[in-house]
Amino acid sequence: MSMLELKYDIPGDDFTRAGEASGDVKQKLKKLGYNPAAIRRVAIAMYEGEINVVIHGGGGEAIVDVDPDKVVILLIDHGPGIADVEKAMQEGWSTAPDNVRSLGFGAGMGLPNMKKYSDEMEIDSVVGKGTKLRMVVYAQSPKA
Amino acid sequence: MKVHDIIEVLDAEILVEGDLDQELKTACGSDMMSDVLAFVKDQSVLLTGLLNPQVVRTAEMMDMHCIVFVRGKRPEQLVLNLAQQRDITVLATPYRMFTACGKLYKAGLEGGTAI
Repeated sequence: MSMLELKYDIPGDDFTRAGEASGDVKQKLKKLGYNPAAIRRVAIAMYEGEINVVIHGGGGEAIVDVDPDKVVILLIDHGPGIADVEKAMQEGWSTAPDNVRSLGFGAGMGLPNMKKYSDEMEIDSVVGKGTKLRMVVYAQSPKA
Repeated sequence: MKVHDIIEVLDAEILVEGDLDQELKTACGSDMMSDVLAFVKDQSVLLTGLLNPQVVRTAEMMDMHCIVFVRGKRPEQLVLNLAQQRDITVLATPYRMFTACGKLYKAGLEGGTAI
């Protein structure tokens, strides 16, 4: 049974707001008394994903499902899609424009970080249509 | 080490005052937020020359208590407001990144475990 379902629009044109959704999820999980180590992993994984939706996806949405034993994060954008997912998973591989680097991102660490902090991660991306990214973080995880 | 020790060691100015008695374990110095996010364990202080709101967001996601802007830089009010809402202390030091990190390390603040 789901404890909480949260939905967010992620604006694509305002980098200063990137992270609002992740910050809100973090606050709500704290209020629920969720395991702090799991909260931190949810926050970081979702934040990197949210940044990607802004940088690459031109905005999109986030749907977060909170269960007592796990948090499922779904990030959806209608951007250009990822042509080579395997390459995108490599540390240091980035297609982000230079102006993103001046903001502290775009070093090719986003997807590797998301994989590191989530217990499960699936990418469903179609070039020209967009990307769906699903991450699961367990409340009690060997990664914590 | 506590936040007020950092203020002393770095001759820092307080831009946002959180809990100055907060105990700090380790620090991280970087302008690349994804690198900060790559090492999750108990980092309490972020030293950076980057001035955008994502610095505060990154500190928030990592449960950090203190942000130090190096080289006398000051972010705009929007960034400070965000830190205030999150109870994160924000400091500005005149020292450059390398010197600021070195001073804190010498004073006993460590960088945490290696990769």
